Amino acid sequence: MTQDRIDDVWGERTPHARGTEWPTRVDLHLHDGVREEEVERWVQSACLLCSNGCGVDIAVKDGRMVGVRGRATDRVNHGRLGPKGLYGSTPWASSPDRLTRPLVREDGRLVETDWETAMGRIVAESTRLLEEKGPLSHGFYTSGQLFLEEYYVQAVVGKAGVGTPHMDGNTRLCTATAAAAFKESFGTDGQPGAYDDIEHCDAVFLYGHNMAETQTVLWARILDRTRGEDPPKVVCVDPRRTAVAEEAERTGGVHLRPRVGTNLALMNALTREVLENDWVDRDYVEAHTIGYDDLVATVAPYTPEEAERICGTPADDVRRAARIFGESEAVLSTVLQGFYQSHQATAASVAVHNLHLLRGMLGRPGAGVLQMNGQPTAQNNRETGADGDLTGFRNWDNPQHVRELAEQWNVDPMTIPHWAPPTHAMQIFSYAEAGTIGLLWISATNPAVSMPESARIRRILGGDQCFVVVQDLFLTETAELADVVLPAAGWGEKTGCFTNVDRTVHLSEKAVDPPGEARSDLDIFVAYADAMGFTDEDGEPLVKWRTPEEVFDAWREATRGRPIDYTGLSYDKLRGPSGIPWPVDEEHPDGTVRLYADGVFPTQTEVCETFGHDLVTGAAHTEEEHRALRPDGRAFLKGAPYSPPHEEPSEDFPLRYTTGRTVYHFHTRTKTGRAKRLDDAAPDAWVQLCASDAEARGVADGDWVLVESPRGSIEVRARIGPVMEGAVFAPFHYGHWDPTGLCPDAETRQANELTMTVWDPVSKQPTFKTAACQVTKVRTDERRR
Amino acid sequence: MPHLSTYVGLADHSEETLADSFRTIADGHAHVADVFHTCRMLAGWCDDHRSRLSEAVERYGEQDDVDEPERLHAAGLAEPREGEIGLLRDLQDLHVLATLVQTTWVVIAQGAQGLRDEELLEIAQHCRGETERQLSWLTTRMKTAAPQALIVAP
Ligand code: SF4
Repeated sequence: MTQDRIDDVWGERTPHARGTEWPTRVDLHLHDGVREEEVERWVQSACLLCSNGCGVDIAVKDGRMVGVRGRATDRVNHGRLGPKGLYGSTPWASSPDRLTRPLVREDGRLVETDWETAMGRIVAESTRLLEEKGPLSHGFYTSGQLFLEEYYVQAVVGKAGVGTPHMDGNTRLCTATAAAAFKESFGTDGQPGAYDDIEHCDAVFLYGHNMAETQTVLWARILDRTRGEDPPKVVCVDPRRTAVAEEAERTGGVHLRPRVGTNLALMNALTREVLENDWVDRDYVEAHTIGYDDLVATVAPYTPEEAERICGTPADDVRRAARIFGESEAVLSTVLQGFYQSHQATAASVAVHNLHLLRGMLGRPGAGVLQMNGQPTAQNNRETGADGDLTGFRNWDNPQHVRELAEQWNVDPMTIPHWAPPTHAMQIFSYAEAGTIGLLWISATNPAVSMPESARIRRILGGDQCFVVVQDLFLTETAELADVVLPAAGWGEKTGCFTNVDRTVHLSEKAVDPPGEARSDLDIFVAYADAMGFTDEDGEPLVKWRTPEEVFDAWREATRGRPIDYTGLSYDKLRGPSGIPWPVDEEHPDGTVRLYADGVFPTQTEVCETFGHDLVTGAAHTEEEHRALRPDGRAFLKGAPYSPPHEEPSEDFPLRYTTGRTVYHFHTRTKTGRAKRLDDAAPDAWVQLCASDAEARGVADGDWVLVESPRGSIEVRARIGPVMEGAVFAPFHYGHWDPTGLCPDAETRQANELTMTVWDPVSKQPTFKTAACQVTKVRTDERRR
Repeated sequence: MPHLSTYVGLADHSEETLADSFRTIADGHAHVADVFHTCRMLAGWCDDHRSRLSEAVERYGEQDDVDEPERLHAAGLAEPREGEIGLLRDLQDLHVLATLVQTTWVVIAQGAQGLRDEELLEIAQHCRGETERQLSWLTTRMKTAAPQALIVAP
């Protein structure tokens, strides 16, 4: 059995030198009392509990999932698993509070019913609204956690069946900026780099990415380089002194600590330094980019001293970090929520691309960008268009792209909503608030905890103005507010594919049956489409597929010829030793490890997924404007000036509030909270503040504090730690659900009570990291008395 | 140059009107977060345009009373409207105002060319560029708001 991965999060080191293969180490965990030889079957899958997507096999015994083992042959994890994957993958499945029957609201209470009744209510409401108000009365808010096939069917049902542009996922909260940044720089979504770049780089830059906690196995992969021969230098951009920051200091890199909300000013200064010192690959820039002169002008005012003034980061640190970027041969950059959920998210993330383009550092081993996702399978939401994108990385503003889809689905192109930008999540909730969306269907996600200004979200979901359908594994904080609750099957209880951050597609096979009457999300969407009688132009059922594999085959066709080409993939091929990175087509039968090796980008006006946006206002460029630029396969260098965050500290709220993920949780703890080891390791919320801020408030470590913003408050324990002065950090996973019933703050600990309803102008990703707050002591730590 | 000063005055006043109107709409639709924040930011751009222009105002003066009778009055938006359709109409009114500002800069740029006043030319081109970005945003936002406002809103 694997050693304890709660205390030893990243496990034993297996150091190795630059350019050599990451050694294999197989991690295994079985439920208490189950011995390895008792496992009846191992079923191929991949882990869903963070965007790393580690290859795993699921252990099955007596019709139950009883543990997991890392897949030694998998390109993503080489056998390793982290605490969430090991301890959190399977226990939820046999949790006694699984939803096993549909629920409907009667006299204000949710009561058990059968599928016919539940689906009947949905269909009646849906039909009435379609007749009275048309498709714009429907909204779908999906997850980062369905399988590719389920998203694809949802996209078809929503876009070609109902015909609504109001479709988005909670991927909007986690990965929308990654997608937006790719589109702005390279023309379409799609990760250029690969995890393998870790083995080849001589510097790693982590921008707002606490990889040590968010993707533990990937971090182990980095540690195995930094502890081996020719280690890369690590540069960390984070207002907290995280494990990543410590590693930066240890490796002779730099820890840059920008004030919350000032990332773009720092990025502009780094860019300016690279230009000033002429660490620029002129030939590459000349041949493969456009926008150089504008970028130079935009970043000109951002001297290291100016960055110090705005960000509070010492000017010399900025110089050192820029020098590392400028003088390394192969830099790997990774970006996550510290950028995506903060002020000027897309502009700051695009700035990372700019640095790589200026240095010609894309598409070769070690020189890569990983714009991370916060969720597994979030990538598939973007690919299939169950969120605000158009299926297969198509451009909603390009009539030819819409026609291709209409042909694929055999519907009138006018059915597919494309006459306005697709509606993003925050807007969907505003329409639901106003009641102009009268039916909101939420699958496998928990917006009552995960969205900003959560009191407002609860009001919207609990109100009478909108009929709310929730399909999930448990009665989450969101499901409690629904009008109809549908019990869904989870991971291991259904078959389907998903794709991790570095485009690696895995097949996850069904290991066991779902409990009670729970059904797969795929079956639920198909049942709805059938019951609604959605048909194609020939009067045939719109959704013709019944099995995941049939859906997958249809999906492959929808990607043909697009930058995201799955045509060379099949279930059979995916049953091999490891996942396969797309595109997989005739030219690349074994997949593609890195995109853009040739410096040619999908920016042609006919090909691109977007005509681009003004990074400051979010204004969409038109086709004519795009054509006039003649991008013709060149990448865009795009800059923007820094502006202060939306809410600056004030007398009443003098601190900067920021939120984030920590190691033992995943998405509102629906699964991880039901894994005893993970819950024991981190049962409760807290806030972190620095020693001087704590002292000024008479707060000692462990004391209970009230944290207030203009929108709400929480009451949790304080932890004194290495966060920047003036900043307060809270983990954003905790809702009022408390598995042990022992946490005194369960009703008062939801981090998003305090965050703002505001989003990035381009990616529309809500800002969870810039709010003003005050902290006051409520009572002394009772354990100290 | 009485007519250039007329246009300098027009730019100054219409930017002021536009700034005030952006702020009116921001406050009037404060619950629409992106409209609130973006309109306030764009009002700031108008303020900046006026301060850039102030030097030209000193040099050329600003003419309020024009020989030409004023036919099109850009009075600005004193009151926001309500609801989704109200927001759409307000954005449209802002667009009309911003168009007036934008063409005013076009005209001033022409005058500056004729006078070889490079400073004024640069100001006019810069401000025109930003006004065009304001117009693009207004168009984008109207496209976003239109379907729901036209078809579903009460
Ligand atoms: S790193 Fe992520 S994908 Fe891998 S085991 Fe841990 S939670 Fe699962």
